[in-house]
Amino acid sequence: MLSGKIVLLSALVNCAMLTMMSAFAAPAQSDAMSAATPLTRQKSASTADHSKFKELNQAFKTGPEVTVACLICHTEAAKQVQHTKHWTWESVDPKTGQKRGKKNIINNYCTSPVSNEKDCMACHAGYGWQDSSFDFTIEKNVDCLVCHDTTATYRKLPGDAGHPIYERREFPPKSGKFVDPADLKKIAQNIGKPSRSNCGSCHFFGAGANGAKHGDLDSSLQHPNKYLDVHMDEKGLNFDCTTCHATSSHEVSGSRYNMAAATKGPAHIRGNPDSSPAACQSCHGNKPHPQHMTKLNQHTAKIACQTCHIPEYARNDIGTELSWDWSQATRMGEDGKPFVRKDSAGRRAFDSKKGEWVWDSYVIPEYRWLNGVSTYTVIGDKIDPGKTVQINEVGGSPDDPDSRIWPTKVHRGKQPYDTVNNTLTVQHTAGEDDTALWHNYDWQKAIRAGMKAANLPYSGNFDFVSTELTWPVTHMVAPKEDALSCAQCHSKNGRLKDIQGVYMPSRDANKLLDTAGWALALLTLIGVLIHAGIRILTSKKAG
Amino acid sequence: MATNKIYVFKRFERFWHWSQAMLIIFMLVTGFEVHGSYSLFGFGKAVDLHTISAWMLIGLWVFAIFWHFTTGEWKQYIPTTEKMMAMIQFYSVGIFKGAQHPFRPTTLKKHNPLQRLAYLGVLLLIGPLLWLTGWFYLFYGDWQAWGVDSFLSLEWVAFFHTAGAFMMLTFLIAHVYLTTTGHTPTSHIKAMLTGWEEVD
Repeated sequence: MLSGKIVLLSALVNCAMLTMMSAFAAPAQSDAMSAATPLTRQKSASTADHSKFKELNQAFKTGPEVTVACLICHTEAAKQVQHTKHWTWESVDPKTGQKRGKKNIINNYCTSPVSNEKDCMACHAGYGWQDSSFDFTIEKNVDCLVCHDTTATYRKLPGDAGHPIYERREFPPKSGKFVDPADLKKIAQNIGKPSRSNCGSCHFFGAGANGAKHGDLDSSLQHPNKYLDVHMDEKGLNFDCTTCHATSSHEVSGSRYNMAAATKGPAHIRGNPDSSPAACQSCHGNKPHPQHMTKLNQHTAKIACQTCHIPEYARNDIGTELSWDWSQATRMGEDGKPFVRKDSAGRRAFDSKKGEWVWDSYVIPEYRWLNGVSTYTVIGDKIDPGKTVQINEVGGSPDDPDSRIWPTKVHRGKQPYDTVNNTLTVQHTAGEDDTALWHNYDWQKAIRAGMKAANLPYSGNFDFVSTELTWPVTHMVAPKEDALSCAQCHSKNGRLKDIQGVYMPSRDANKLLDTAGWALALLTLIGVLIHAGIRILTSKKAG
Repeated sequence: MATNKIYVFKRFERFWHWSQAMLIIFMLVTGFEVHGSYSLFGFGKAVDLHTISAWMLIGLWVFAIFWHFTTGEWKQYIPTTEKMMAMIQFYSVGIFKGAQHPFRPTTLKKHNPLQRLAYLGVLLLIGPLLWLTGWFYLFYGDWQAWGVDSFLSLEWVAFFHTAGAFMMLTFLIAHVYLTTTGHTPTSHIKAMLTGWEEVD
């Protein structure tokens, strides 16, 4: 339950895989989080000036050393974090008991962190998770700084299993760019509440490129204007992530895994423990429109706020990935060497290591009935390769009072599976060893190593299967002027043309009644015209 | 032919008739747009206009019902078979031969038996069908609170509302045409405008 609540985290990159981390590391932290960001925030309201604490006045050499110092005063902090998805990478469905979370699922972005921990764990809120032997009880391995750094100088790179860099290093490799180790003492003395840059350092860059994964989360939310996000607008409300994702005991509210699909009742008062504080309704209530727009308020019984108020996602030039075709990976250029290609907007389109991607911006969502229960295809689950495999089967139906029509991002992929055992495969992609796909370009070796690490049988035969991943879209809420207009759904070929189980005026009509009704009116008209005609003719004769 | 005039429609009655006529025509126009038959004002605007007109019509009806009962004018709609066959014969045969209209309106009996029947149908069948279904349509969001959501479906409410609209449209076409069948083609319309009907 505890681990069930973090939505943001869930985003936590399925795969903070490697090179992508270059994207993660570079734009996020260098431009976006340059010194300007902290300055635009209010001065800390904290009653403690951490630079005055003697515990922090030391030359820290490693992350865990800092954590040990933090825990001298914040005695319960690590225990709290260890209950959250940010630490466990696991989420248990309270209704079905299914274990999800990055640790357990195979998605159709970077697939699975298993056997790739050294790289992926750059986005783990901890230190040292490099294989399945990681001890989740060691408190000093909790990473306080990744969420609490206010200097925008704390960086974790792929390859270090979640440690910040301790020695000057060229990154990305062979790029000629160098990253200096962070000044851990300075960072520790300046810690504060998580800002957009802290959350964004992982959540904006999921799947290894800016905006790639979510589409409604990318680095543009670092300095958004009103058009992009009415709440986070830097010149307006200037919300942080945590303004909505209110946090208690390090448990971040609002989870895609256990989402609140249908929120009911008026806005919350402080202290109300019910429902999700991250839901729109917790501030706006479920009758958010003024009295003269009662009709719109009635829509909340069937439609999530997001459906009208997020008319498109990825509403910027960064865009988002709509598909990832792993079957193209290991394809070499004409010279027999690996190559990369970008699309016309400069986004990754092909990489011999990873395959082929399709991107888009200003994407119209696909709409679904959601009740918040998502059943995942987890590591080891049998699949039917004859069909498109649903990475997550989203629950919801028109008859269910807890379902609403939601906008979703559907990410389509092609990824390897074991053709004998009919399971999606775990592959060892990241690393510099002989079996790593991105090092050796050998699927067979990579799958064998990945399946071994995941403790799964592998037949030695693989092929590629089409998969779909469906996520609710909930960020980048547009100003009301940009919300959908009525006719965008209430029309024959509108946004909701495929939504079943609800009668929508203008979209739906009884064809038989229409035919009969218009025929009746037309025949009446013809009848009176004939009657009138005869009258005119006979009166002329009479005259 | 000598022309006499009698005062059949009082001031409120004429006001009621014409404002109701305008509202009904406007509601047909906006209603069929909401139904998806064409695009004119745009869906959202059409819904707003249709809703505003509905409230105005409800207001008008409150006054009209009050007026009918306080003046006893409701008796004008009591059906009768007297001269019914004569009227049918007149519309189907006599009118083409220049026969005399079999019904002579008076202040106490202003409608011919077919009119009585048609207007009663509008007032007791088409009207209530439209406003009852319209009411549920309008307050769709309150069905759950009213406890009616278990047995009402918007699809059927919309079906009967639309069926009522087709009936009203059909009535309108026939009604407008039949106004030309008076003493002269315009005498019924003049009567509805001025209150005075020319009779034989």
